[in-house]
Amino acid sequence: MASALGSPSAFGQSQFAFMRGNAFEARVKADGGAELLRLVHEKLDARAEPPTSGVVPDLSAVGPEGRTARTALALREATAAGVWTLLDHPLLALEVAGSPAFLEPDAVVVHPDGSWTVVEIKSFPMLDGSADAAKVGAAARQSAVYVLALERVAARLGAEPEGRAGAEGRSAKEDSAEPEGRHAQDSAPAPKVRHTVLLVCPKDFSNLPTASAVDIRKQRSVTRRQLDRLTRIEDIADALPEGTCFSPDLPTPDLTVAVESVPATYAPECLSACELAFHCRDRSRAEGAVTSLGRSLRAELGGLTTVADVLSASRGESGDPTDPAVAALRRAAELRAEALSGGPALHPEASGHAT
Amino acid sequence: MTTVFDPGAEAARATDAILCDTLHGTHRGVVVDSPPGAGKSTLVVRAALELADAGRPLMVIAQTNAQVDDLVLRLAEKNPELPVGRLHSSDADPYDKALDDLPNVRKSAKAGDLAGLDVVISTAAKWAHVKGVEPWRHAIVDEAYQMRSDALLAVAGLFERALFVGDPGQLDPFAIVGSEQWAGLSYDPSASAVTTLLAHNPELPQHRLPVSWRLPASAAPLVSDAFYPFTPFRSGTGHGDRRLTFAVASDGSGPDRVIDEAAESGWGLLELPARHTPRTDPEAIRALAQVVRRLLDRGGAATSERAPDPAPLTADRIAVGTAHRDQAAAVRSALAELGVPEVTVDTANRLQGREYDVTVVLHPLSGRPDATAFHLETGRLCVLASRHRHACIVVCRAGVTDLLDDHPSTEPVQLGVTVKFPDGWEANHAVLSHLSEHRVAWGS
Amino acid sequence: MSLITTLARLEAVDTGRAQPLATVRHRHLSDRPLVFVPLTTAGEAGAPLGALVGTDRDAPRLLVVPQPRDRDLRFAFLAELADVVLPYIDSYAEDVEAAERNETDPETGKRVKVEVELCADAPQLIVPSRAGIDFVRLLGRSMRFRRTAEQDPETPHPAPPRVPLLGRWLTHYGERARVPGSSLLLALTDVLSRHWATGQSSLEDQHLGALLAWIDPPDDESGAEAALRAELQRDAKGQLVCPPAGPATDPAFDNKLLAPAIERYDRARTALAAAEDGIEADDRLGELTAAERQIRDLVASRTRPTWDAVWRGLDLLRALPEGAHATDRWTRDRWSFTGHRDRVLAGEPPQPRRDDAVTAANKLATREREQARLEAQEALDDPLVMAGRRLAGEAFAGEVTDVVMAYSEGKRPSPRPLVTVRTDDRPHLGERAKVYRSLGGKPQAAEFVGYEGNGGNGEEQGGYGEEHGGYQSGGALDDNGALVVLRVVDKMGRGKEPETGSVPEKGDLVCFTLFEHEQRGGAKLPDPEETPWTHGGPPGETEATPQLHAPDAVTEEDVL
Repeated sequence: MASALGSPSAFGQSQFAFMRGNAFEARVKADGGAELLRLVHEKLDARAEPPTSGVVPDLSAVGPEGRTARTALALREATAAGVWTLLDHPLLALEVAGSPAFLEPDAVVVHPDGSWTVVEIKSFPMLDGSADAAKVGAAARQSAVYVLALERVAARLGAEPEGRAGAEGRSAKEDSAEPEGRHAQDSAPAPKVRHTVLLVCPKDFSNLPTASAVDIRKQRSVTRRQLDRLTRIEDIADALPEGTCFSPDLPTPDLTVAVESVPATYAPECLSACELAFHCRDRSRAEGAVTSLGRSLRAELGGLTTVADVLSASRGESGDPTDPAVAALRRAAELRAEALSGGPALHPEASGHAT
Repeated sequence: MTTVFDPGAEAARATDAILCDTLHGTHRGVVVDSPPGAGKSTLVVRAALELADAGRPLMVIAQTNAQVDDLVLRLAEKNPELPVGRLHSSDADPYDKALDDLPNVRKSAKAGDLAGLDVVISTAAKWAHVKGVEPWRHAIVDEAYQMRSDALLAVAGLFERALFVGDPGQLDPFAIVGSEQWAGLSYDPSASAVTTLLAHNPELPQHRLPVSWRLPASAAPLVSDAFYPFTPFRSGTGHGDRRLTFAVASDGSGPDRVIDEAAESGWGLLELPARHTPRTDPEAIRALAQVVRRLLDRGGAATSERAPDPAPLTADRIAVGTAHRDQAAAVRSALAELGVPEVTVDTANRLQGREYDVTVVLHPLSGRPDATAFHLETGRLCVLASRHRHACIVVCRAGVTDLLDDHPSTEPVQLGVTVKFPDGWEANHAVLSHLSEHRVAWGS
Repeated sequence: MSLITTLARLEAVDTGRAQPLATVRHRHLSDRPLVFVPLTTAGEAGAPLGALVGTDRDAPRLLVVPQPRDRDLRFAFLAELADVVLPYIDSYAEDVEAAERNETDPETGKRVKVEVELCADAPQLIVPSRAGIDFVRLLGRSMRFRRTAEQDPETPHPAPPRVPLLGRWLTHYGERARVPGSSLLLALTDVLSRHWATGQSSLEDQHLGALLAWIDPPDDESGAEAALRAELQRDAKGQLVCPPAGPATDPAFDNKLLAPAIERYDRARTALAAAEDGIEADDRLGELTAAERQIRDLVASRTRPTWDAVWRGLDLLRALPEGAHATDRWTRDRWSFTGHRDRVLAGEPPQPRRDDAVTAANKLATREREQARLEAQEALDDPLVMAGRRLAGEAFAGEVTDVVMAYSEGKRPSPRPLVTVRTDDRPHLGERAKVYRSLGGKPQAAEFVGYEGNGGNGEEQGGYGEEHGGYQSGGALDDNGALVVLRVVDKMGRGKEPETGSVPEKGDLVCFTLFEHEQRGGAKLPDPEETPWTHGGPPGETEATPQLHAPDAVTEEDVL
C-alpha cells in the first residue's frame, strides 16, 4: 500500500539475513528440540528433571482455527502428561480491537510441572552475555502478546472441569507468583503461563545458540492494558466515510483520500516501525507539524503545534505574550540572534566596556 | 486473617527483629525497606544508640548534608551525652549552624580529629575521601536506595558490617552519562547500592517496616499497591482516626469543592480542561495557588491520633509539590501574589523524606504533549503522592490517560537487569484511575 | 532539547537550510585523520563485507571479502586492515614531548611528580555514523582475543600477525569514544549535528547523505528536497542513488546485486577447485578473478559515495574555528593514546571482556566529570551555547551598574567588593549561590547577595537532573531587567586592595555562570584487588568469574 501511495517504505529484508535467521532457528530446534529444551531447563527450571527426549507433537491442521484448536489440544495433553514438550510454531488466537488475530510464536515449551514458557528465537547475537537492548525490548513486547494469548488458552483449560481460572483481574502480586504456588485442589487448576520467557540468540560471533531469561511482567501488563483500551477496529470503521476502501489497486489520489480519512499521529519513531511512515511523514511535514521534527520538541511549545505558529510567535508577530511558552520563545529568539550577530560582548572571556 | 491487625505491635516486632539481626546477627549486612512515613529515621537513631551502647564504634553514611545534620540533631535530642562526630567538607558553611549549640558534637573536616568518638556521621561523598584509617566495626547506610553502587564501592572498605536502610519506592539514583555498557552486571556502578549489595550477598537478611504512620488509611492501600507491590504496608491509623474539617463552608467553586472532597476521602483531583500547555501552565499554577489560599482561608482543623484536640491547618502544614523547578518557582510567585508566602513549594526530589498534613500536587503529566521517561518515573509520582497525613489534592489537565495511551512504553530491555516493577506507565494509570473517583471539574 | 535548538530547527524548515548550533568547532580535527567506511553482511554478527580506508581522500584503500562466510577471506581482510591502520597509529607513537604526571609513590604513599612521555599528536579515526563506532567496537572485540601462530603454535585457526593488536587498538578507540568530548574516534553525523540544526528530526540526521543535504544543499534545491532525494531516490535498477553510510547495506542491494555476485564467485571457486588441468585452471581462475572483481566494484560503488561525503563533511567542519577548550580536550585524548601505547609496549594483556567493579566505577566517574567539563567548556567557548545556558537560568549576562568596595571581617580583611549587574536573564539564584566568571582563563567566584530593589532572595536553588532548566517568567524582573548584587570572593590577589583588573568596573559587560568552570577530581576508589565484600570481593577469586582474557572458542560456526 505504501508503494501505491507513492511513498514506498524502506523496509524489506536482505536474503542474507533471512537465510541466516532460518538456518539458526532450524539449528536451535534440531534433534527434537534437544538443545532448546536443554536451554529452557538450564535457564528457567534448573530444579526440574533434565529433559532426556522431548515430545514434539504434530500441530498441523487445516486453517487457522483448526491450528489453534490443535495447539490447545496439544497444550492440554502435554500439561496432563507432565513431560518436557516442545510445541514448534503453535498457533494462538487473541482478540485485538474486537477482531481475532492469529499469533505464531517460534515455540512454546511445556515443563514437567505443567507450566508453559514462550520461547523467542532471534538472529541478533548475544555478545558476552548482552544484546542490543532495543531488539531485546521488541522481542519482550512480542513475547508478552504470546503470553497473554496463552493465558486465554490456559484459562479455558482451567475452566473446563470446575472453572476456577480467571486470568483476568488478578493483581500484580498474584501474577508474579511462581508455579510452586499452584493450588493442589480437586479441580484441575488453570495451567501456569510463566512470565519469564526464553530468548534464544547466536552466541558471540558463532552460530551456536545461547539463551537468556527475560522477565516480561512489565510488557505483559502494558500490553494487557493496551488491548483493553485499544480503539476497536469497528469504531474506526464507523468513523470513516461510507464506502471507504483501502485497496492498493485504487488510483493513487483515491487511495490517498482513503488513507487520510483515518487519523494518525506521526512522529519520527514511526519510521523504524511502520510501513506507512513515509506517507504520514509527508502529510505531517505538509501540515507544518512540529512533531515531524521529534516529539520532544513540543514539550516547551505549549499549545503551538505548527512551525509557522512557533516562528511567528518567536518573532513577536503573533501569540499572547503572557503565555509562558510565547514569552520563552521570544526570549530564546532574542538570545539566539544576539549570540549569532556577535552582539554585545557577553562572551565571558571577552568582557569589556559597554561604551 | 483471624486476628485484628495491630499496627503498633507489628511495627515493634519488625523493629525488634531488625535490631536483633543488627546487634547479634552473623551476617555482614542487614537490609531494611521502609515505605513512606514508616519510621525510618526513628529506626536509624535507635539502632545508632543501641550500637553505641554496645560499645561498637559506629559510622553513619547519609546522602546529603541536610540528612546528616538532621540525624546529628535527632541523636543529640535522644541522648545529649553521646559523643558524636560530624565529619564535614572544607567548603564554606559545611554544616547546619544549629550543631554549634550541641556541646557533645565535635565537627571537623578531618576524620582523624574525630577518632574515638562513639558515632561519626557524614555524607557518602565525604566518607569516600577518608583513607588509611582503621575500619569501623559497624556502619549505618541511610537512604541506601538513593545511593549509587559506585558510591558504596568507595566507602565499603571503611566498615566491617552495616545496616542498610532506605525507601525502595522513591527516586532512583541516576548517572549523567550513559551506562548501558554495564547494564546487567551485578556491580553496575549506576545501579542502586542495595541492588549491588544483594546481587553479591543474596543471603543477607531483608526486613521491612510494615506500617506507615504518616499516610492515612485512605492513602496507604493505593500507594502500597501502586508503588510497593512486593513489600506491601498498612496505615498505622484507621479510617476514623484522622479528620480534616473546615470552619468556613464551601463557596461552591472548584477549589472549595475539591478541598471538601479531599477532606472527606483523602484524595481530590481538580481537573482543568484538556489543553497542551508549557510546563508553567498559568491556569494550573493559579489553580494550585487558589487551592492553597482557600485551604488557609477556610479555617482548616486536623484531628489525629497525636492529640485529642484538632490542630489548626496552618501554612507550615501544607506543601505544594511539582516535577520541575520552574514550576515550583511559578507557584511561589502565584502564592506571593495571593499573599501566601510561607507555604513550602518544592520539587519531588526535595520533598523526599518530608511530611505535611495536606499536599497540593501539580500532576507531572498535566498539559504535556508528550510523556518522557522523566515524567513517567515511578519514584517521582510516589514521592508526590505520599507526603501527606490527611489529604492530597492533585491539580491536572484532563487528557492524561489518553496521553499515556499515546506513549506506550517501548523501552529497551537490557539482559540480566532486574526488572523494576511496576513501571511508571502502569503506576500512573493506577493512580489516575483512583483519582478519577475524586474528580472535581474546574469552574463548573 | 533547548528552545534555542528547537528554534534553529524550525528556522531550518522555514529557510530550507540547516542553521548553526555553534559558532566555533567544539571537536578537534586532525590534519591527517584516518577515514574508515566499513560495510557488513546482513544477519551476521558483524561479518565485514568490505571497507574503504585511508588518509588520502583521493586514494582510499578498498578492502573486500568476496565471500563473507569464509574464515580465511575474513582473516585476509583483517590483516589488510591492520596493514593500513597500524602503520598510521605507529606514525604517532614515536613523536613525543616531555610531560609531568602525578603519581603515588609506592614506598612513601605520597603524591609525586613524575617525568613521562606524552605523544605530541594522536591518530584520529573518523567513521560516517554512530553505527560505524559500534562496528569498530565489534571488530575490536572479535580480534583482540585471537591467537597468532607465533603466540600459540597449537591454535587451530591462527590469526594473521598483528590482527590481535589491531583489535586492542580498535577496542581502545571504541571505549574512548564513550568519553564525552573526546575526539580520538568520531562519528561524522554526530559531529555535524552538534554544529548544525536541520529541518528534520535527530533520528533522520543519522543519515549522512540527508544531513549533508540540509547543511550544504545544491544551489537550485532546498535542503528538504535534497534530503528527501538522498533518503529515497532510486535508480532504474531500484538501487538507492545515495547508499546508506553503513555498515548495514540496503536490502535491495543485497538481494538484486550482491547475492548474484557472491553466487557467481562461489560457483567460480568450486569450478576452479574441480579443474583437471592447468589450462582449465587458468580459464577458471580468470572467471574467479572476474567474479571477485565484480564484488569489489559493487562494494566500491556502495562505499565511495559515503567516503566522499565524509570528506565533504570534514571540509564543512574545518571552516569553523576550533573552540579554545577543544585543544585542551585533545590533550586529554593524547594522554589516552599515550597511555594505551605504553600498555601495549609493556606487554599487558588485551582489555578483558567485561570491566571489573572498580574499573567500571572509575570509567563512569571519569565520563561524568568529562560531561560536566564539556558542558562548561562549550558554553565558555561559544556565546550561542552560553545563550542556551542563560535561557535555562544557569548563567546570566549584563552590564555592571555599581561597584561598592567592601571587606571581609577578621584580623586581615580581604577585599569582598559588591558588584551590581543589570541583566535581562532570569538565573535560578538560590540563597548565597556561588557564581563564576572567567578572568584571564581562570574562574573567579562570587556569591549571590540579593536583588536590588527587592528584599527577597529569589527562588531556592537545588535539585538536579531534568528538574533543572526551562525558562521561567516572572521573578524579580521588570522591563529594565533585574539588578543582581554579587559579592566577589577570590582571584583579587593577596593584598588588602584588589589587584588591578581583578574586579569588574561600572559599565563592564560580564557573564556569570551558576555552574563551575573546572571539575574537581573525585575520591580515589580502592584498587581492584581490594574490591569490598559488597561488590563481590576482588575479581578472579570466585569460580563464577569467566575467563576474561581467554580467546573465544573457535568453531566451524564462527562468522567473525
